[in-house]
Amino acid sequence: MSKSIKLSFKKGELNKELADFFKKMIEKNAIDALLAPMTQPNKGVMQTLVTKNSNIKAIDSIDPFAPVVPVNGAKIASSITAKPSNRKVAMILRSCEIRALVELVKLKQANLDDVLLIGIDCIGRYENLDFLKFQEQGETSESFIEKGVAGNTQNNDYDISKACKICEFPRPDNVDLRLCIIDTGSDALYIESLSLKGDKALEKAGIDLNDSVPASSSNTVKKLIKERINARDKAFEEYRESSNSFDDLEKRFAACINCYNCRVACPVCYCKECVFVTDTFRHNGDQYMAWADSFGTLKMPADTTFYHLTRMSHMSLFCVGCGQCTSACPNDIDLMPVFRTVANKTQDRFDYQAGRAFDEAQPLTIFDHDEFVEVTGQVK
Amino acid sequence: MSEFEPKIVGFFCNWCTFTAADLAGTSRLSYPPNIKIIRVMCSGMVDPKYVIKAFLNGVDGVLIGGCWPGDCHYINGNLKARRRVAMLTEILKQYGIDERRFWLRWIAASEGNMLQEVVNEMTDKLIKLGPSPLNKSHKADLVLDS
Ligand code: SF4
Ligand code: SF4
Ligand code: FES
Repeated sequence: MSKSIKLSFKKGELNKELADFFKKMIEKNAIDALLAPMTQPNKGVMQTLVTKNSNIKAIDSIDPFAPVVPVNGAKIASSITAKPSNRKVAMILRSCEIRALVELVKLKQANLDDVLLIGIDCIGRYENLDFLKFQEQGETSESFIEKGVAGNTQNNDYDISKACKICEFPRPDNVDLRLCIIDTGSDALYIESLSLKGDKALEKAGIDLNDSVPASSSNTVKKLIKERINARDKAFEEYRESSNSFDDLEKRFAACINCYNCRVACPVCYCKECVFVTDTFRHNGDQYMAWADSFGTLKMPADTTFYHLTRMSHMSLFCVGCGQCTSACPNDIDLMPVFRTVANKTQDRFDYQAGRAFDEAQPLTIFDHDEFVEVTGQVK
Repeated sequence: MSEFEPKIVGFFCNWCTFTAADLAGTSRLSYPPNIKIIRVMCSGMVDPKYVIKAFLNGVDGVLIGGCWPGDCHYINGNLKARRRVAMLTEILKQYGIDERRFWLRWIAASEGNMLQEVVNEMTDKLIKLGPSPLNKSHKADLVLDS
């Protein structure tokens, strides 16, 4: 029995009901601020911060289920909480954002003490430009969810991102509250509490948790997870077969211009300053000349494969497969499979899964005398 | 092809393996000249970048030498190195760098003979394995400063 409250809505009024709900949360002082995807005055949907002291009517433009993630919200959560504001803020994020956020919390780059973390059911997102088309065509989050649950996410010439098609986490864990909408009936959404913090916030807002997420919903989620896992494993296999040499990797990165957008977009690329933009990689002219001398030729910009492999060695243990790297590349390089496939191997080696649990230590932060003996194969 | 001489880069901890290499030298324990040794202060300071760069530049093998668990001068640098090697091996494997090309071994300062054995063994195995897929011209001299 999950502890939930059912939120019924008339067709076209899902966001209105949600707005009323969150305004009430602020009015009753259950939270001081809300970070949620909201329709922007002119165009598009972006994460937007509204505080008790702002114009809380702004919450009327809330649209958490809009199928777009312009940036992975874990980074936004990090900028808001790394240095605490001491204000209780509710954040509405989806699974890929929450899983990345779990890793950032472990890295002490985000702090959830003052955060009421709210996860939403997610079927997928469109690329940013496709989402604008989607809006222009008069599509809405409600129409998207209805078709999406039935497996129809394709819209004219675009579809949800490849990362979403192999994402096996449609319903997020590690949250205080969860907005469940997959197969809950076309006129209802369930707000489920999963923690004491969630219980308390709802109690403060005077909301009783008398309902339970319908079994049909959980079953549909389970079915979706199964389909996604199959699709994921197939994608891994295809990638592993087609990209198993450095030549393959270089072919894939042929159009890469070392702009580093992929690591800017990656929510778990945690270095405060990337080594590739430091003096370590700002070489003198005679250094380049010497390389060209030695190797016969030197492709410029240099160090492209080196950059991608180094990035992999830094963050593959934390990759959550959100696909923001692919979305960010100006040269249409599909990076997600590169990172996610390798991440699957490195994470497996340590029985680790990025974003699975707050109390699961990151693999390179712990070590023991008598482990991984197979690495050296030596016993004293 | 028969005279393929593998190139190995050795990152040797100052306090153990590097001293063992010294000892092997003074004890006239000979080992193949295929290895170019880089002295580091601890196996725990071997950044994955060093290993990646060595392979990208075409070396056939990388050997990291560290103190036995319990003997690291910085207490646990070697244990960190071991996890890092496990992680990096998974990445390199995907792109065709066989794990038999990337070794971590514990070799104490007094184990000059073991140093000799390990380098001999690695050289033999790499000869059997052939040049690294990234060793574009296995006759060119090793460029270590890049
Ligand atoms: S590497 Fe790509 S898929 Fe993985 S977490 Fe970073 S942006 Fe997301
Ligand atoms: S975003 Fe694309 S072009 Fe820029 S560094 Fe990454 S792969 Fe290369
Ligand atoms: S000091 Fe030798 S491995 Fe750390």
